[in-house]
Amino acid sequence: MIAFVLRRLLQSISVMLVVGLIAFSLFRFVGDPINNMVGQDTGDKDRAELRQELGLNDAFVVQFARFVGNATKGEFGVSFRQGRKVSTLIAERLPATLELSLTAATLALLVGVPLGVYTGLRRESPLSKLILALSLVGVSLPTFLIGILLILLFSVVLGWLPAFGRGDVVQLGWWSTGFLTRSGLRALVLPAVTLGLFQMTLIIRLVRAEMLEVLRTDYIKFARARGLANRAINFGHALKNTLVPVITITGLQLGSIIAFAIITEQVFQWPGMGLLFIQAVAFVDIPVMAAYLMLVAFVFVVINLIVDLLYYAVDPRLRIDRALAGGHGG
Amino acid sequence: MTVPSNRPPLLQLEHLRVEFPSRHGTLTAVDDVSFEIAEGEVLGVVGESGAGKSITGAAIIGLIEPPGRIAGGRVLFEGERIDDLPYEKLRRIRGKRIGTIFQDPLTSLNPLYSIGRQLIETILTHTSLSPREARQRAIDLLSEVGIPSPAQRIDHYPHQFSGGMRQRVVIALALCANPRLVIADEPTTALDVSIQAQIIAVLKKLCREHGTAVMLITHDMGVIAETADRVAVMYAGRVVEVGPLREVVKHPRHPYTVGLMGSIPTLRGSRARLAQIDGSMPRLNRIPPGCAFHPRCPRAFERCEHERPELINDGPSWTSCWLYAPLARTGSDG
Amino acid sequence: MAEERLAPLPAGAFRAALFRAWDSDICYSFRRSPVTVAAAAATLLIFAGAGFAPWVAPHDPFDLATVSLLDARNPPAWLPGGSWEFPLGTDNLGRDILSTILYGSRVSLVVGFASIIFAMVLGVSLGLVSGYLGGFVDALIMRVAEVQLSFPAILVALLVDGIMRGIVPREYQDQLAEDVLILSIGLSFWVQYARTVRGSTMVEKSKEYVQAARVIGRHPAAIMLRHVLPNVMGPVLVIATINLALAIITEATLSFLGVGVPPTEPSLGTLIRIGNDFLFSGEWWITIFPGAVLVLLVLAVNLLGDWLRDALNPKLR
Repeated sequence: MIAFVLRRLLQSISVMLVVGLIAFSLFRFVGDPINNMVGQDTGDKDRAELRQELGLNDAFVVQFARFVGNATKGEFGVSFRQGRKVSTLIAERLPATLELSLTAATLALLVGVPLGVYTGLRRESPLSKLILALSLVGVSLPTFLIGILLILLFSVVLGWLPAFGRGDVVQLGWWSTGFLTRSGLRALVLPAVTLGLFQMTLIIRLVRAEMLEVLRTDYIKFARARGLANRAINFGHALKNTLVPVITITGLQLGSIIAFAIITEQVFQWPGMGLLFIQAVAFVDIPVMAAYLMLVAFVFVVINLIVDLLYYAVDPRLRIDRALAGGHGG
Repeated sequence: MTVPSNRPPLLQLEHLRVEFPSRHGTLTAVDDVSFEIAEGEVLGVVGESGAGKSITGAAIIGLIEPPGRIAGGRVLFEGERIDDLPYEKLRRIRGKRIGTIFQDPLTSLNPLYSIGRQLIETILTHTSLSPREARQRAIDLLSEVGIPSPAQRIDHYPHQFSGGMRQRVVIALALCANPRLVIADEPTTALDVSIQAQIIAVLKKLCREHGTAVMLITHDMGVIAETADRVAVMYAGRVVEVGPLREVVKHPRHPYTVGLMGSIPTLRGSRARLAQIDGSMPRLNRIPPGCAFHPRCPRAFERCEHERPELINDGPSWTSCWLYAPLARTGSDG
Repeated sequence: MAEERLAPLPAGAFRAALFRAWDSDICYSFRRSPVTVAAAAATLLIFAGAGFAPWVAPHDPFDLATVSLLDARNPPAWLPGGSWEFPLGTDNLGRDILSTILYGSRVSLVVGFASIIFAMVLGVSLGLVSGYLGGFVDALIMRVAEVQLSFPAILVALLVDGIMRGIVPREYQDQLAEDVLILSIGLSFWVQYARTVRGSTMVEKSKEYVQAARVIGRHPAAIMLRHVLPNVMGPVLVIATINLALAIITEATLSFLGVGVPPTEPSLGTLIRIGNDFLFSGEWWITIFPGAVLVLLVLAVNLLGDWLRDALNPKLR
């Protein structure tokens, strides 16, 4: 058990280092950092001095080590575009994105899993076919289009919900939350549904496919041959076996919600990190891009780790045979 | 219709017919199959892969996968018809009065649950024992099938057992509610040869002790020879011969059975070469008219090509071969 | 006897082959499913419209001489204020929506297809190399794949796009934007192909005929190509159809976000973005029609992909 955790931790760290390398390379090789920071009329001598001061003449490895050291402290330098510290910018925007993502993920799971199970168990019912048809449409709708349609219906036509911004927020320490105000909650509805819908349809289809696969196995056949009640078979055996592989994939999906938030934030002008990132890409604001990258990688790695640990806890085969432990990726 | 025995039949199959509609036409996997199993008796059902043995077993307990369906005939268990029962009634018979053993013990057990959980769940479904009593019964069953240290191993998971041990667990699961009949579908095929004998011994012992009848489906004549009281030989979805074990093995009537017995390698006695039946069993959608075996039969004659033979009595055996029709007997063998 | 069999009539043989294909399991399941046929029809329609845009479109929306602000913001023909000259209405610059949709579909489709082909070539090659060489190369490629797989395509595409933007000198950016887009989308999709092909390659590599070939002296790689490639074509095609839908969505999303194709050659995504600004003032058609076509296209491709997957899956037959 300990060996397993240690190994996964080491893997995670190496992934972070690789991402860090990419982020760092962005700094060094994409455009000239000096050019991005100073005006055009700064003399060459000043530039050379600045270069020396910032340590840009040191060896690659030294610079990289410095970068990593700074990164672990949350120090990413100053945004080219806004001139403010990147860490401050991120801290301001992070709560918005996290609250949105969490709400969307919860929604996707709470609705997606039961629907997926239902369509797996009752394959031929008209409701199942309807849900599947809708889920197919859901997968074909790009997230931004869903957002636009929802805005059209609920903001423009019906006028029930706001289409932009986050509403009023309450400041708790450095965290600003929209959960505690009515306008904050109302502003959360459309973006959360938009963000969660795509994930939800994916979950429905995934759970259904897994369920169908499980229902075809020999142990289900044997359970039937033993005369077990349908409820015991479907919810005792089939469900548990379905959910185990679903955990991994869903976990990874949840990580990607944070990235998909980029689109939703653009559509709804939600003041989160995604919006920040878009603006950074358009402007080639390297520090922000690098910081965002590292942060997202960190979240992914943490989620992956948790999923692996969960898997380990749920699947008894992994506990004994350590050789299997690392190898289930999709 | 079948061999008269001095005990009332536990299971009766009458003209059972199982069809699978498909794009290429309707495939008849089981075609007019009739036989009986008496209480406590072991009937071996033998034949090549694809002869319809497993499907017959599945049909008895109503586990044919759609679009397959029972298209004709009747299945009677303890005198009552069970092929037309609604799902719930049939479910109550499964496990409790008819047990089943499948071929692959690894995939028959849910890998995420301990074997104790799977045993206790089955016991609780079919009996009115309390959970604690059920657990004790499970432990007793495990020791009956020969699992060492059952009180500890009951909480282990399937992957922690070897193949032979797993199949013993499967046997325990099939027998835990004390059924009157067990359908064993290729119970030893997936196991090492050295383990096969052990498993068969366990099965035999338990069934003898509890008076359970067995329908032993296999393509391995060696297993049949060890275990069965009577044998039914199937070919292309039909029964070609039924009779007591000694009769069928020593005095096979049907030419297919003759070929089957002749193709068994034996350590005793010298045989110059293994006999072999030319050709292969026809595919289900290309079954020849008349007797299904006639294209490969060394003794086929004109009647075999047009008329499908029914089961004809010849001494203690029954065989579906025109060679044994009362008037056409040429007295060539016995 | 032999001569008779050696020279069948070419026309007859072709007809016979066609009939066999028509009667095969794949075509059969295709014909049996009305939804799939409808999907195929819709896809063909959009492809045809996009492909023949210059001839089919009633106007050329990019010829500034024909576009006039006086026509701007006209509603579709069946609403008051509209006319059949602009069947689906006009946008804020006076361009005919139907025409912009036709041209826009073209861009969307070209980028979508090109990026998938790129991803396929890259992924299949890397998969073959990785599976065949094994060892360090394999481990390296698979590590990269694993890391990349945890990031959604959109993020990878955005990243590559951003990097390119930083590297490519400003003068060439508009010209190369489309190629950069294809590159970035393609780079975000190669992993699935690589994994599938790698798996099959490893299976084939361990088979005896490869050892035998080595003994004879033939280069095993060539033989593996002959055997591995046909085996993986099925799954690769299925992946490609699913990915095509995703690629089209990704391109539309990137264009919507403003980092996709340049505004001089708008794709469906760009059109939707432009129209978005006019939602609140009631001119819904500028965004809804391109949106509808996008959805239809992706839906049709998804349906085809679903059908292809079911048709090629031996377990379901």
